[in-house]
Amino acid sequence: MDHIPILQMGRFLLVSIQVDMHDRQAMTLQDDLTDRIAKTGARGVLIDISALELVDSFIGRIIGTIAAMARVLDAETVVVGMRPAVAITLVELGMELPGIRTALNVERGMTLLTVATGETGREAADAGVED
Amino acid sequence: MPVLKTDTLPIRTDGDVVLVRQAVRNLAVELKFGLVDQTKIVTAASELARNTLDYGGGGSVRLEVIEDGLKRGLRLTFEDTGPGIADIQQAMKDGFTSGKGMGLGLGGAKRLTHEFSIHSEVGVGTRVMVTRWK
Repeated sequence: MDHIPILQMGRFLLVSIQVDMHDRQAMTLQDDLTDRIAKTGARGVLIDISALELVDSFIGRIIGTIAAMARVLDAETVVVGMRPAVAITLVELGMELPGIRTALNVERGMTLLTVATGETGREAADAGVED
Repeated sequence: MPVLKTDTLPIRTDGDVVLVRQAVRNLAVELKFGLVDQTKIVTAASELARNTLDYGGGGSVRLEVIEDGLKRGLRLTFEDTGPGIADIQQAMKDGFTSGKGMGLGLGGAKRLTHEFSIHSEVGVGTRVMVTRWK
């Protein structure tokens, strides 16, 4: 089964979901991400869903769980790039992703993470992160 | 009501759920649904396909392009031979779940479509039919 790649940038982890995930793949991403947060001491997680044509209640729940687990591990999560049609559908579905930070695009998401964590990906990268 | 096109897909694995989403998307595009309408019917299909798999123990979906006078629509019928639903009213409520989801499946699918009907018999199975018109 294909894992969704997780990139590290300084103290942040970046995930861009580019495929129509099946349920097991989504659950694997949840496990992989929490594992990586714990291993790297990442302070922020950015999840780019701009390629997703659909977020149903299952994917929504996975995103919520990732954010909650990250918070427990002292990391902030921001979800970026949701398509307008997906946003409209999610709200109608009854899922408003409570407690999850969102940003319109990657750039704004990074700014949000930087402010929320007091870290910048770059400085931490220069200093070298202890894995 | 004239049926212009029909296809049946199995729902046995979570990979099948992805294939159902793609097939519904393709038909919605063929019917020239707008992007929001496409997303709504595909999301409804995803919720119902997952229900069929998780609660019904697997089953199938029939996809039909239907015509009513001048309007065309997409009708999806999900069927399983699982345990059935004892209390449909309760199952329709948001937040009610007996599995891994958010409990938004049935109620959500109803809100995302124009027509919704459910028939379930304990020990026999469940059939959910939804239609979204263009």
